[in-house]
Amino acid sequence: MAQNCEFLPCLDSNEVHVLAVDDSLVDRKVIERLLRITSCKVTSVDSGRRALQYLGLHEEEEEEEEGSAIYNEIKVDLIITDYCMPGMTGFELLKKIKGSSAFRETPVVIMSSENVVARIDRCLEEGAKEFIVKPVKLSDVERLKSSMVGQARIQ
Amino acid sequence: MEGNQLPCQASYMRNALFNQGYLDDQFLQLEDLQDEANPHFVEEVVKLFYSDSARLIRNIELTLENTPSDFEKLDNIMHQYKGSSSSIGAKKVKKECTQFQEYCEVENIDGCLRTFQEVKQEHASLKRKLENYFQLVREAR
Repeated sequence: MAQNCEFLPCLDSNEVHVLAVDDSLVDRKVIERLLRITSCKVTSVDSGRRALQYLGLHEEEEEEEEGSAIYNEIKVDLIITDYCMPGMTGFELLKKIKGSSAFRETPVVIMSSENVVARIDRCLEEGAKEFIVKPVKLSDVERLKSSMVGQARIQ
Repeated sequence: MEGNQLPCQASYMRNALFNQGYLDDQFLQLEDLQDEANPHFVEEVVKLFYSDSARLIRNIELTLENTPSDFEKLDNIMHQYKGSSSSIGAKKVKKECTQFQEYCEVENIDGCLRTFQEVKQEHASLKRKLENYFQLVREAR
């Protein structure tokens, strides 16, 4: 996920920035704390629609214009989303993200309270990095964080 | 404050909540997220749960009154409520939620109505107990 840090002011490039998507107020509070305690920067939103807005992606378009990705100032290292949400599900959000040129390389993790094999398979096939069964534990987030830091990152 | 550093009363109550099956592992997970900078995290999450879930309980109530055969809607709302209760480690509450959803699945309205009473009871019971518990913790500081 090439981010043009040489053109744009970078936040601490060592800090992992996570976009958390969950319609549950309680779960957002918990995931925020889990991520912050593992030294991640967190932005949390309550719907798939707001996640796309934040990322600068549009709901209707399949691909945004070629040029706009360069000016995309949003640096997100990981997107973690609930599966069951009203409006747009986490699966639909995953598809939109993977279908975008700006964020198709960004790892997306799906969270769900339901441990359904077919659902898990579908998400992984669509490109989800991981599927976490809720409630999310600190060990889940620590594992995610260490797999992120292990990736080669453009400084 | 760590669970094992609590003074007698609060510690006793905390142990009872676990031993009597009111709370499960997830509550411990939340406690682990507390530190000196965030000493009231668990209480904040629990308070948020109770203020947020009141509308979900109310919605189920209204649906049971107005459109009791809308099992899909009942299941949807209960799914949300169950998720939040699971996130705070509310073990007994969660169990009743699961039962309710099972009745929705087989479209058993009587089962739903009965179980919903249990859900509300467990919801209120845990609220009282946790309020007492957090009061004891605060008094000890």
